[in-house]
Amino acid sequence: MSSRALSERPRLRSPGRMKYDKARQTELLLLPERVVELNEAAGAILRLCDGQRTIAQMIGELETKYGQSGLENDIVEFLAASAERGWIE
Amino acid sequence: MRPVSLPYALTAELTHRCPLRCPYCSNPVELQKRENELPTDMWLNVLEQASELGVAQIHFTGGEPLLRPDLELLVRRARELDLYVNLITSGVGLTDQRASQLAEAGVDSIQLSVQAASAELADSIAGFPAHELKRQAARRIRAAGLPLHMNVVLHRANLHLLEDIVELCASWGAERLELANAQYYGWALRNIRQLLPRREQLQEAEAAYARAQERFGHRIELLWILPDYYEEFPKPCMGGWGQLSLTVAPDGRVLACTAASDIRTLSFENVKERELAWIWRDSPSFNAYRGYDWMPEPCRSCERRELDYGGCRCQAFLLTGDARAADPVCVRSPHRGIVADRVHAAAHGDAGLSAYSYRGR
Repeated sequence: MSSRALSERPRLRSPGRMKYDKARQTELLLLPERVVELNEAAGAILRLCDGQRTIAQMIGELETKYGQSGLENDIVEFLAASAERGWIE
Repeated sequence: MRPVSLPYALTAELTHRCPLRCPYCSNPVELQKRENELPTDMWLNVLEQASELGVAQIHFTGGEPLLRPDLELLVRRARELDLYVNLITSGVGLTDQRASQLAEAGVDSIQLSVQAASAELADSIAGFPAHELKRQAARRIRAAGLPLHMNVVLHRANLHLLEDIVELCASWGAERLELANAQYYGWALRNIRQLLPRREQLQEAEAAYARAQERFGHRIELLWILPDYYEEFPKPCMGGWGQLSLTVAPDGRVLACTAASDIRTLSFENVKERELAWIWRDSPSFNAYRGYDWMPEPCRSCERRELDYGGCRCQAFLLTGDARAADPVCVRSPHRGIVADRVHAAAHGDAGLSAYSYRGR
């Protein structure tokens, strides 16, 4: 998982879901046995893990959204850590 | 006082009624009768209040939640409120029609219990011929397009069959299996002589768990829930009292955990009389063991208090009569002898199945 190809299309681990939580004003990842409170960047990345987009597309969209370039390493690293934790597949 | 955090999860015990009579049932010894159960409109109101309060996940359980004909309605409303919906069931009563209705209503995940790998042993543990019905339920859950998650409570009579149980669940198509060593509250505490395994049994089971990981780990996610009587330090129960989650009992009482009604020295507020947010933030029962000020020694000055919060309040009450006491599982507890005596009795006792004290239906 640590060397994900940019052509891979990660998705949230079934049956996981994302939720924007109004009470805490934060993104949550909901899994059968746990709830994970995410920071804004983590939430933004996981929201794009829909099994449709490639990692390369996700990087492009996020760089546009935040008006930044050079996010590739951070995003790839975060996705590897997310797979390790069983958040995505 | 630190600010009160918001609860992530709510366990909705829709009923205590159940066709099974497992001797380690997590329901209290005093079971609520049908006529005391909250009606549909009150449960809908609880879901709405929970969502407002910050709850993100609902566990519908019982008893057997399928005995409530309004289950699908409650699931649908919970999903409309964008709550994550888990259903915890024995599988008894899960017809093809109900499985597809529940899937359509938006259930996110179903957890099906199993008692053992063979029908004969499983049915004698459950006190009801449920095993074959569970096999059918597993098939129906998958046919409805839902992921199958399973759980088994491990104890003296099935611990040596752990690998068979894992194999069975894998063959039923489970994606995840919780191997939960029995915890000794309510019914399980009554039956502790029949349930508590010997230390050697447990060590063999840990080796079997490692082998099962090798054989089935690629197909099924396995989770091992520790048997706390054989640990040196207590579990960080519930992530701290009134920190992460709450339970609404069938009669509407709001509890810090499913076993908390065993603590006779506390009185619990009811959703019929109070708002959920007030109960969570301000009620005496939810504030009783928040933070560290309530702790006596040895917890008060212990460096582990931030790791385990002194362990489990229910276990402390059940074994010592004082819910503030250090969990007697802890080697630093002056009451550790109570747990040690039971472990010693397990090493020498040899109680058979017939001696279970079964719960009522």
